[in-house]
Amino acid sequence: MLLTLLAATAIAIILLHDLFASAMLSGIFSLLSAALFVVMDAVDVAFTEAAVGAGISTVLMLGTLALMTSTREKAVRSFHPLPCLVVLLTGAVLVYGTLDMPRYGDPTAVVHQHVAPRYIEESYQEIGVPNMVTSVLASYRGYDTFGETCVVFTAAIGVLLLLGRPRNHEEEEEL
Amino acid sequence: MNPGLYNYWVVVILMMTGFYTLITRGNLIKKLIGLTVFQVSVFMLYITMGKVDGGTAPILTEGVEVYSNPLPHVLILTAIVVGVATLAVGLALVIRIHEAYGTVEDDEIQRLNEDTP
Amino acid sequence: MKQTMQRDLILRVVSKVLIPYIFLFALYVQFHGDYGPGGGFQAGVIFASGIILYALVFGLRRAQATFNPRWVEIFCALGVLLFGGVGIWSLFQHGNFLDYNVLNHHDPKHGQHLGILLIELGVGIAVTAAMVSIFFTFTGRGRSA
Repeated sequence: MLLTLLAATAIAIILLHDLFASAMLSGIFSLLSAALFVVMDAVDVAFTEAAVGAGISTVLMLGTLALMTSTREKAVRSFHPLPCLVVLLTGAVLVYGTLDMPRYGDPTAVVHQHVAPRYIEESYQEIGVPNMVTSVLASYRGYDTFGETCVVFTAAIGVLLLLGRPRNHEEEEEL
Repeated sequence: MNPGLYNYWVVVILMMTGFYTLITRGNLIKKLIGLTVFQVSVFMLYITMGKVDGGTAPILTEGVEVYSNPLPHVLILTAIVVGVATLAVGLALVIRIHEAYGTVEDDEIQRLNEDTP
Repeated sequence: MKQTMQRDLILRVVSKVLIPYIFLFALYVQFHGDYGPGGGFQAGVIFASGIILYALVFGLRRAQATFNPRWVEIFCALGVLLFGGVGIWSLFQHGNFLDYNVLNHHDPKHGQHLGILLIELGVGIAVTAAMVSIFFTFTGRGRSA
């Protein structure tokens, strides 16, 4: 049911020409996917997706749209069959690839075999934190989290570099 | 057909929807929205692979034996944050392009670029 | 650019009631990340959402008077430095980089708890400051036009 709603929202995002409505629908899309993550037992991920996707992402897009002169997309005049063909071909290849995958929820799938049982069983003895996602994120894979924090910092620096200077003419002459 | 793969097929449909938006629409902001849809569908693919039948959220609780795999959750947590960082820089670039060219449609930008060498 | 929404009474009153609870919830999520869903990233984004709500309802000028943009940028760097500092501290204690077992001489599990607490704090501060500074930069762009 949720998956159908998700697909309907995604198709609506393509078809709409009003950018404001598309930004709002992308926020709804993030919220629906967060609900789906909860159904699939990924509560940390759902939390982050709801906060980041339906919160920050939507605010930033609306902030950008406020600076645009027009919030309507130009309608595509002619219909080209080539992108449609490329998309259908890629989709068919991907579906063919998923035929080999284990069925949804299979406990004997390969992904649950090698490293994950060690984390699940040893996490409480070695680290003593009930939330296994936090223990893996902060302790077993702490280096990746360090890289992630640096990426967020770099994004803030990048936005400051691009948009930090006001657009006055005196400032532009200085540059 | 195997009904256990239905989730993956919906993920592929969402991925292709985002991909189509990315390549056919000329408006830069619409492309970024399509990229967001694409990213969320990839996250859903990984989380679907992490679910275990009869398992619960990977938080140690009394009386629960089977947990879902926490490893894809960690990977996707990082990916979500990196995705929003990329979106922020992309939107900053769109704002600068809009100030330089007056439009965010890529065919108009290309025409303006060719007209003024 | 757009006017502040100061004249809208419902928005003003409701946000004055909600914003302290948003900050409180962000702190709860930050420090209970060990026992339930949550952690540094989620807490940072929720805290930033509270600040952004304040800026949206009461105007960018008042928000920037309360949260000085220069200090916000400094906090972003401080968050990353805290994270790296924990790693370097464990190097000085004769362990590997980001090895928390050596942070406490008596019990490695206490070292793990301390390390995870500091790490998540660093991440929370860095993410909050990054999101707030990105938002201030975006909305500050239109004002000078």
